[in-house]
Formats: sequence, structure tokens, C-alpha cells
Amino acid sequence: MLEVITSTIRDELDDDTVMLTPETSASDVEGWDSLAHVRIMVAIEERFGVHFSNSEITSMKNVGELIALIESKR
Amino acid sequence: MFNLWEMPWLPVAPADFRQRCKAFTESEPKLGERLIALAAQRADSAQSRAFAKLLARVHATGTSLDPMAPMRIAVLGSGTLDILADALPIACARHGIAATLTLGEYDQLVQTALTPGCAVWASKPEVIFVQFDHHWLGFDRFAADGGAAEASEAEDRVDTVLAGIRRNSEAHIIVTNVAVPPGALFGNLDRAISGTIRRLVNDFNQALEPIAGRYGATILDVAGLAEQIGTGHWCDPVLWHQYKIPFAANCAPVLADTLARAIAAGRGKGRKCLVLDCDNTLWGGVIGDDGIDSIRVGTGDGESESFLAIQRLALDYRDRGVILAVCSKNDDQVAIEPFRDHEGMLLREGHIAVFQANWTDKATNLEAIARTLNIGVDALVFLDDNAAERAQVRAALPLVAVPELPADPAYYPLYLSSAGYFEALSFSDEDSNRAASYAANAQRAKVMETARDLGSYLDALGMSIAIRAFDPPGITRISQLINKSNQFNLTTRRYNEAEVRAFANNSAMITMQTCLKDKFTDFGMIGVVIGRLDPQSDVMEIDSWLMSCRVLGRKVEHAMLNALIENARARNVATIRSFYLPTAKNGMVADFFDSLGFRRTAEASDGARTYLLDVNDFVSFDVPFKQPDQL
Repeated sequence: MLEVITSTIRDELDDDTVMLTPETSASDVEGWDSLAHVRIMVAIEERFGVHFSNSEITSMKNVGELIALIESKR
Repeated sequence: MFNLWEMPWLPVAPADFRQRCKAFTESEPKLGERLIALAAQRADSAQSRAFAKLLARVHATGTSLDPMAPMRIAVLGSGTLDILADALPIACARHGIAATLTLGEYDQLVQTALTPGCAVWASKPEVIFVQFDHHWLGFDRFAADGGAAEASEAEDRVDTVLAGIRRNSEAHIIVTNVAVPPGALFGNLDRAISGTIRRLVNDFNQALEPIAGRYGATILDVAGLAEQIGTGHWCDPVLWHQYKIPFAANCAPVLADTLARAIAAGRGKGRKCLVLDCDNTLWGGVIGDDGIDSIRVGTGDGESESFLAIQRLALDYRDRGVILAVCSKNDDQVAIEPFRDHEGMLLREGHIAVFQANWTDKATNLEAIARTLNIGVDALVFLDDNAAERAQVRAALPLVAVPELPADPAYYPLYLSSAGYFEALSFSDEDSNRAASYAANAQRAKVMETARDLGSYLDALGMSIAIRAFDPPGITRISQLINKSNQFNLTTRRYNEAEVRAFANNSAMITMQTCLKDKFTDFGMIGVVIGRLDPQSDVMEIDSWLMSCRVLGRKVEHAMLNALIENARARNVATIRSFYLPTAKNGMVADFFDSLGFRRTAEASDGARTYLLDVNDFVSFDVPFKQPDQL
């Protein structure tokens, strides 16, 4: 799952050097600004066929929480 | 099921699409055409952005992107439109426009309109897209007093924005109307009670017409688009609350495509001619194999009616000024017969401006159609149920629009009309009279016999062929082909199942049944050969050679002859004798044995021909099949 998310985020940021761990948050990654965040969330929803609620999007703190959230929806 | 937002008329982009974008250089020959072809695919968000990057990269080199028309487009709106802007370059390229975008700042619609010095105006746009949503217009709540004040304020706001834009730019304005948000306050009464959001939005959309007219602006019918998709899908409350994006993320590509079409139409890039295949596109069945009494079109059963629907749409297109043409792989007289004599058809010979039914490849015929009508191939739309034909045309003529079609013909009309190839900004008398101005005489354009090198196309089809002797499982289908084949039939000898079974068991006969598959279709059994060995000599006579018309031009017959010769050698045959016995229907195979290298030894006054082939002199043909399976 981390690999798929990493590849999705690399696609959206068009940067193949991005490395993610469960502790990574948006502010840790160069280029992951609010606009990139929109695109990343949209791409993740597209890739995994899930839909996040507003509170889920707001409360997501790092990649690990994103993974847990996706897994809970499948 | 038809999912408009998926744009199913576009083929899906390959998995390596982004790598292909990166590999493109400005020194590509026919760069503009290649970009248009690349864009004529369904791309996800990452792929769309990879294409946008590619376009920006080649644009910066200054290389000509002909035949794409460059265009500077400003995108302004009340919501967050970045994901729309992401999808716009590929959508525009698909319609022949090389777009350079300037995106207005978020939530700065009025300010941008009224401020001469901002970046949007400095970019000197040629088209300005303005998007509104019902929140910005003030239609967030039920107006219990009827909403006259809200309506008036909304109209003033829009007028202020458009007037401000017009003061800052002479560019063409494309303004959206507004989707009615899903849900209801009263239920059935929402339509009737003034002040409901449904009424406020619908009334606004009507009021927008004269306002837009004042500035020469085109209205993009977002309300209609959202309705077709379903407003419950279109309006995503999560995306709105979180990011102020006024439509669902997966609707961005089709919205971009709708906008791109309107922009392209403004540049005269709407298409002009619909070219129709016949078999399994306009009627169920293959006219050459099934005959006029067995094709399915008309009233009376579901399948026949579904083909009527696409004919009705074609006639509607004709009535609004689109030219109709036919391009079919058939004998001319065979293909035209339903147009003349079949009672179930709506399309008649007089509706067709150019009628091409022959055995030359379709791309060559499309070029001939365009030449005859004096239009470019980029004005053509080609409708064909056959994936292999679509692939040939897309590869040879990337500027022709070739929609994907579903397996079920009931959905053909939706696929064709939703693709919006014939988008127009106006409709005039000149348009409605255009069809009549093309003499209703179904012209035939001359094409050369072998105009195109089909080698790589045939290889790309990934065909595999299996040839074996008659066997019990094949008997029924073999007998069917023997008794039905009229056109591609050298001797037209008819045998019943018992006789066919006897051939299979007869050691003095060589029998062959040929099955063909390509990467799109499994054709099943499509060719039969029956050979008789003479016990007194080393001669074999070809009693029957017949094939389905569906698989012509693929070198199947060459592979069959290779197999027959191998078989003949194994039985110590030195000479093969064959015949062409002419009938009213098999004129197309008069030269068949000549084309395979047989020596014509006699020709009678009625056209009957005798041939001989020396087995020892025969050199195998090169054939484009994987793993030919021999007897």
C-alpha cells in the first residue's frame, strides 16, 4: 500500500525521488502545497476507488493515517 | 450503461502514456498530428498533466504545431478550477487547439474583471472562460419571499463581471450556466415555487441568455452536462466544502472536453462529414454473407430497432448540415442494395453524398471521400463497429475522428452524439440546406487497388491462424460456409452435412478448415478448401475454395495456400488444378488464382477459367500470422 501511495504521489508531484514513510506529512515533502494536496487527494480517491469525508481530509496528519483510512474503506 | 464522464468514445491511454510524453521531442515529424493523436485518448489526472507538460515543452521551442491552432485561454471562475485547468490542454489538443492557459486567482472573479493591470489581461487571452456556481450567485438558501432580490443581484453581478472583462479585453467570452444542485426542499413543488434553489437557478439560466448576448458571449451548457451525468454525481459536497471545487473530480475531463469543443468550434474546427460503415454499424449482420433478407434493421425486434436509432441520428445530423458518406468493405452493388430495396432502412441512397463500397483499405477510401467533398480529412468522423478497421484508420489518418463503439449497438447513438464532434456555435439556413447542395447522387470516388502498404498494420493486428482437416466438431460450421458463401467462392459447389462428413473420412481428399483470430476479434472458422486426389496421377484438383468476406486483405488465403502445398507435397502431388466458375455474385474472385501465382491454362466464353500450379516450383508466401498451425 505504501508503495502504491508513493507512486501515486510521485506521479502527481512529477518527482520520482519522493520517499515516504508512515510518519511523513505534507509539510515534509517539497512541492506538496495546498494545490498539490488537492491533486493528490483526488488521485488517491481515483486510484483506490474511495471517497474521503471532510473531517477525514482535515484530520489526516500523515501518510500512515492516510493508509489506515484507505484500508478501513476497502 | 453509459457513463458520460468516462468519455467511453475515447480509447483508454496506454499504461506507458507518461513515458511516451517524456520521450517526445520537437524534432518529431508531423509533430502537431502526433500530439492530436496522443490527445485522442482517455487520460487520468497524472497523464493529463504529463501531456500538458509535453505541450508546454514543445511550445517553448517555437516549433510549428500545425495543424493545431495556437490559442491563449484565460480561465476565470468563482470556484477552484485548477483540476479543470489540468485537464484542458489535452482536451484542447484533441480538438486541434494548442492551448496556453492563464488561470485567474481563486475567489477573485470580480476583482480580476475590474482590474486592468492583472496577470490575466497581460497574457492577452483570445478566449476567456468564465465559470459561475450557484453559491457565488447567492442561491444558497430558499428565498421564502420568492427571491426577486436575489435573482436581480445575481444578474447584476454577472453583468458587472462580463462588462469588466469586456472593458479589459476583446477576446471571445465563454460563460457557463449553472447546474441545479441535487436535492429538493418541497419535492415535486421545487419546480413550481419561486425562491427554491431549483427555480432560482433555472430562472437565472434563462436570464443569462440576453446578458451573454450583450457581450457576444457563448454559453457553455454546464447545466445540461450535469443533468446528463446526474447532478448527484456532478455536485460533490465534500470537494466543495474542502476545496471549493464546484464539480466532482472525475467530471473535470469531460467538462474540459466540452469547453474545448466550444473553443474549437469558434475556430471552425467542428467536423463536417460523418462516414458510416455498413455491416453491423447500420444494420445487424454482414450483407455479403447474410444477404438482404437476413440483415437486421427496421421495426419488429429489438436488435433491428437499435440499428434504426443510429440511422435516425445520422439523418438528424444531415438535417443540421452534416454531410453523410458510406465506407464499406463490400462489392458496390451488394452494399447499395439495402439502401435501395430494404424496407426497414431509413437511410436511402439519396441521403449519401459519397458512397465507397470496395475492397481497398478504409483509410485510402476516407482520403478519397475528403477529396471528393473538397474538405480535409480532419473534417471527417468515421463510425465503424470493427476495432481492426478503427485501428487502421487511426494509425494511417490520425486527424480523422474515430470513436470507440460498444458491443451493443443500442448505445451507438449516445457514443456518437456525446463525443460532440460536430459542435457548432450557430445554426443557419445555409447549414440545413447543405446536404441538398451536395448532389444527392451518392458519388463514387476512384481509389487505386493497392494504395497503401498495410504490412505493419497487419503485423500490429496480432493475428493467429489455425488450419486443420475437416473434423466432427467443425462439420456444421463448414457446411454452413459451403452453403452460404456466394461472393468469395471459386466454384460455388453446395454440399450437405452428410457429404461434408464423407469428405472428412475420404482418404482420396485433402480438406482444410481455417480459423482466424486477431487481437480484437475471434472470427472462428472463415475458410474452406476441398481437394480431390486423382488415384491415377499426381494431380490434385481444388473442388472448392471459399472464404468469409470479413477477412479479406489479411493474407489468409496466402497462408491457406502455403498449408495446401505442404499437404500436397506430403501426398506426392506434383500438380494442382483449379477452376473459377463465374456466377452473378462471385465476380470479385475472377483473378484470385492468378493473384496466388497459378498459371491460367484456359478461359471459356462464359468466363470460366482453368489453372495449373506446379508444386515443385512453388515458393512459400510471407504471411503475418503467429504460429500457423498446419495439417
